[in-house]
Amino acid sequence: MTNSSQTSKQPVLTLEHIAVHFGGLVAISDLNFVVNEGEVVSLIGPNGAGKTTAFNVVTGFMRPTKGEVRYKGTSLNNLKPHQIAELGLVRTFQRTSVFQNVSVFDNVMIGLHRRGRSHLWDTLLALPRERQSERELRDKAREILGAVGIEHRAYELAGALPYGDQRLLGVAMALAAEPSMLLLDEPVSGMNPTETMRFMELLTRVRALGVTILLVEHDMPMVMGISDRIVVLNYGRIIAEGPPAAIQGNPEVIKAYLGQGAKQRARN
Amino acid sequence: MKRLFPWAVLLVFASVPLWLNDPYLLNAFITTGVFIIAAMSLNLLLGYTGQLSLGHVAFFGIGAYTSALVSLGFDVELLFGIRVVHEPWPVWSGFIIGTLVAGLFGYLVGKLSFRVRDAYFVIVSISFAEVTRLVALNWVELTQGPLALTSIPPLTLGLPGVGYFDFYSKQSNYYLVLGVLVISYVIISRLVKSRIGRAMVALKENESLAVSVGIDVTRYLVLAAVISAGMAGAAGSLYAHYLKIIDPDVFLFLYTITMVIMVVTGGKGTLAGPIVGGLIFGFIPVIARSFAAPEVQWILYGAFMILILFVLPQGIVPAIEKWFGVPNESDEARQSAPASAKTQDAS
Repeated sequence: MTNSSQTSKQPVLTLEHIAVHFGGLVAISDLNFVVNEGEVVSLIGPNGAGKTTAFNVVTGFMRPTKGEVRYKGTSLNNLKPHQIAELGLVRTFQRTSVFQNVSVFDNVMIGLHRRGRSHLWDTLLALPRERQSERELRDKAREILGAVGIEHRAYELAGALPYGDQRLLGVAMALAAEPSMLLLDEPVSGMNPTETMRFMELLTRVRALGVTILLVEHDMPMVMGISDRIVVLNYGRIIAEGPPAAIQGNPEVIKAYLGQGAKQRARN
Repeated sequence: MKRLFPWAVLLVFASVPLWLNDPYLLNAFITTGVFIIAAMSLNLLLGYTGQLSLGHVAFFGIGAYTSALVSLGFDVELLFGIRVVHEPWPVWSGFIIGTLVAGLFGYLVGKLSFRVRDAYFVIVSISFAEVTRLVALNWVELTQGPLALTSIPPLTLGLPGVGYFDFYSKQSNYYLVLGVLVISYVIISRLVKSRIGRAMVALKENESLAVSVGIDVTRYLVLAAVISAGMAGAAGSLYAHYLKIIDPDVFLFLYTITMVIMVVTGGKGTLAGPIVGGLIFGFIPVIARSFAAPEVQWILYGAFMILILFVLPQGIVPAIEKWFGVPNESDEARQSAPASAKTQDAS
């Protein structure tokens, strides 16, 4: 079905027969898809299609009613969110993506939590290992802020940042947690076109580091521009899957989500 | 300048017994110091992890009773005719065991109640304190119940070959409390400035986000509870060996409220907050006593608290920091890296 160059690689994330029911409401009915290593996959669909629910299931914030999620061969079904993050599967959130009352720098320091090497005794006795570990973390934090391009705001409160920069900080924190796969929940919603462009450049760089990306997004130019493959959800099930060009021309997708305008643009 | 300030404050307080001869005031300093230690331990939970423990006095009382009983000895009959006899141990071991037992209860309460958070944690902690008070009141064989444990020996510090020193006088107790207070301050200060402290603040600010970067919620909440409870237990032990008598009233809800008032007025989530709040509310009754009737003293106490929180809702220390523009913790990171900070200013 896909003809992307990435498909020769190993699948890292597998969703098998995932169903999520809230009481009588079926949020996801039977979801099956894989994300291969190094790939950028987008999950799109109208509001309420089950995209964020799928995210929550993958990252352990919600338990599936049925089915299994596996990451690099490990079943995620009974793992807690922080354990899933330990495996290298790190997400960002749609709205509250930063610690508002903490400085930008310390936000990244929190994101670096997993990389700290000091133990309780090192901290309490102020042993050399504590200072060395802290120094390494601070250097790393500056490096990440620089890479994301918000180092000039390092000592402001995160809540005081403009919206676009807050989203960038959210990604900086996620990157700090050393992901091998990044799940981004509507990262450019509310960004202006310039900010979106900056964000796409950032994702291209992240991807070049070998990080697999799963994206939920409504911004179609961005989705079409960056994805290797697109999975379209509607009413909790997949209605189409394939490379951007195929999705843009798919009549069912146009009917359910993209609308007739997209059909005309696709034709042009 | 900023680094010297804590040392200057310490020097001032270390000099107090040298010029203050009034035993009543010295007594006020000692008991205030004990409550400041307890308030600092509460601040670790309330100010940094955001969990309100309204049963904090339980750990204080457990520390006090354990320490007193270890040094006094006891003889109790348990179920099925099992009898436990404990000969008196050296007093310093009572202090250590009291701290550890309080920490152990912190672990149990933490494990149990951090499954339920926020309002439920408040309820669990209040209930726990009330249960410990009832045990102290009714297990007469062990605790003497309302008759109180009396003749508790003063803390002693023995060094083999050198002899030993007991903390009997007010002056020596003052320095003992000051010493434990400084150690507690250093522990909390190192903790909150580390990766562990950042994890605690992260949990307070936004739990979902914290776990999404791999922070184990339960682990850090329980760790905070254990350290906080152990510290409160140490304060309770000092209290018991200083007063030489304790009764089930050490578990009164009023003491928890006193600690909460100290933390909240001083500024929760700041290192100096419990000390500033503790000094103010430790000394209001002392000062008010000289000119007001007992009822009026409590009215003044309440009025002062309302006034502070009305004018400075964040507490005194954050207000002072804002006023003088004292740099916060993240600025320390900036100071430690002057080179990169300069380039950031230039850009």
